[in-house]
Amino acid sequence: MKILVITEQRQGKWNNTSFETLAAAQQIASAASGSVAAAVVGKNLDALAAELAAKKISEVLQVEHDLLENYTPDGFCVALKQVVESTRPDLVLFPHTYQVRDFAPKLAAMLGKGMIGDSIGYRNEGGKLIFVRQMFQGKTAADVSFVGSGPWFASFQSGAFRADQVAASDGGAKPINKIAVELKPEQIRTKPLELFKEAKSAVDLTQAALIVAIGRGIKAPENIPQAEAVAKALGAEIAASRPICDEGWLPMERQIGSSGQTVAPKLYLALGISGAIQHVVGMKGARTIVAINKDQNAPIFEIADYGVVGDIFEIMPALTEELQKAK
Amino acid sequence: MKIIVCIKQVPAKDAPLAIAGNWIKESDIGFEMNEPDSFALEEALRLKEKHSGEVVVVSMGPERVKQTIKEALAKGADRGVHIADDNFAQLDPLGAASALAAAVKSENADLILTGLQSDDQGFGQTGVLLAALLDRPHATIIMAIEAAEGKLKLKRELEAGWFQHIECPLPAVLSIQSGINKVRYATLKGIMAAKKKEIATVAADSLGAKTELTQKVEKIYVPVKTKKTEFLTGAPKEVATKLVEKLKFEARVI
Repeated sequence: MKILVITEQRQGKWNNTSFETLAAAQQIASAASGSVAAAVVGKNLDALAAELAAKKISEVLQVEHDLLENYTPDGFCVALKQVVESTRPDLVLFPHTYQVRDFAPKLAAMLGKGMIGDSIGYRNEGGKLIFVRQMFQGKTAADVSFVGSGPWFASFQSGAFRADQVAASDGGAKPINKIAVELKPEQIRTKPLELFKEAKSAVDLTQAALIVAIGRGIKAPENIPQAEAVAKALGAEIAASRPICDEGWLPMERQIGSSGQTVAPKLYLALGISGAIQHVVGMKGARTIVAINKDQNAPIFEIADYGVVGDIFEIMPALTEELQKAK
Repeated sequence: MKIIVCIKQVPAKDAPLAIAGNWIKESDIGFEMNEPDSFALEEALRLKEKHSGEVVVVSMGPERVKQTIKEALAKGADRGVHIADDNFAQLDPLGAASALAAAVKSENADLILTGLQSDDQGFGQTGVLLAALLDRPHATIIMAIEAAEGKLKLKRELEAGWFQHIECPLPAVLSIQSGINKVRYATLKGIMAAKKKEIATVAADSLGAKTELTQKVEKIYVPVKTKKTEFLTGAPKEVATKLVEKLKFEARVI
């Protein structure tokens, strides 16, 4: 099986989930006596291509064009369609980033193919690849397989594989092939402008050792002080899942998840958080996870070390009191 | 400005899910408007209020999805299109987008909006695929839209707190990020007005859209736990005491 990994970089810096996907590709290939090529797309990519060439792959595809310097979905689709058509992989793998979800389904559709997005793992069942993804906000998993001939397209969720498990080349630097693509300015219809961050984040949750996070279960902003009391008794920072920040109940800078911060504290106490994928990717690296939720089937319990099925409004005051006593 | 909003009806958030093969048992559970799509609808209504025009909602699925179309009409959409398909849950993303594209093509809308993803299958591809199939420019994860002089200035969310401004010509397809706005409730007046609004029904199999699958959900199941969770039980005070002990002496995090 011939696998092509499309890595992601911006302004010369890797999106590190690229290497998680590369590790996945190496694992899939080793069981299917296949090969892995890695493509890097943009402009001025020599250093990044050299870095990929040190990995255990068959070749690096360096896809450079002036019009690929800044990402656009049109530019990437036109360019990568040519790369896929000329290199003819069986399987094209992507890290499931915001950029990939912006263009990869279209790239697949331009070739009349489908894409299995946001996979959390795979199984090889007698030569048939099964991709595992989540449905119903993580309440169920789904086994998904491709129908028909390749190239097949799939993406892996951040954290599904480990970047440090990418195998290094066992025989020196691998070949770097520069792929020329034809791309005209009029093929790119959107115009990317400046990148920016909103008001500078006053809190750096990535540095917090202890985090108390609230989700929809908190129900109303007037209930937040109860969670803040738990945080205070613990000496923890308060954080939240996206819906809480969308409502404006806590500032955006306290949001944990794919669109917010990614944290790995010693303790993550999740209060009334169901554990949707978008939240979990931002906190599953925590050393100890405690979840308190009224729904015993909430997906947050799948990753929790300690779980309490119950009413947070009964448990929060009791917990605050016990924590104060324990000091 | 003529705006089409694609809306999906999904199982209600707190609905107990009974797995049946590669889908769920639909009897005995409630359905509701996919929450991410409600943000797209709200954005369309706001654009119409500012620039005038028409908001058309399109929803695909069995008869029950008409209820969700009616809800959108009550909130202020002008008319609805129901793509009738009892087999909707078995379609793959490309199949669903092909039917939607075929149904909306002749509308020649200036803008097509979708939510970011659905809360049930969560493929998150519909907007991008519609853009590909209708050959229109697109942008996703949009947090602000300004329309002026035939083009859009958009604020696109990136990861880890970054954003980017993008210029996009019309007509276009946008996927809207949840939280872009505060969603309105339907008023009694709106609910009454909706009764007179048109819902056109088109049979999915009359659209000539792609129906052969590119991918197949073989089965769904309760996820296998990767971690062994120790559940603490008892009265709230008892649970709190146990938890503090665990955190102090076992996990040693406090």
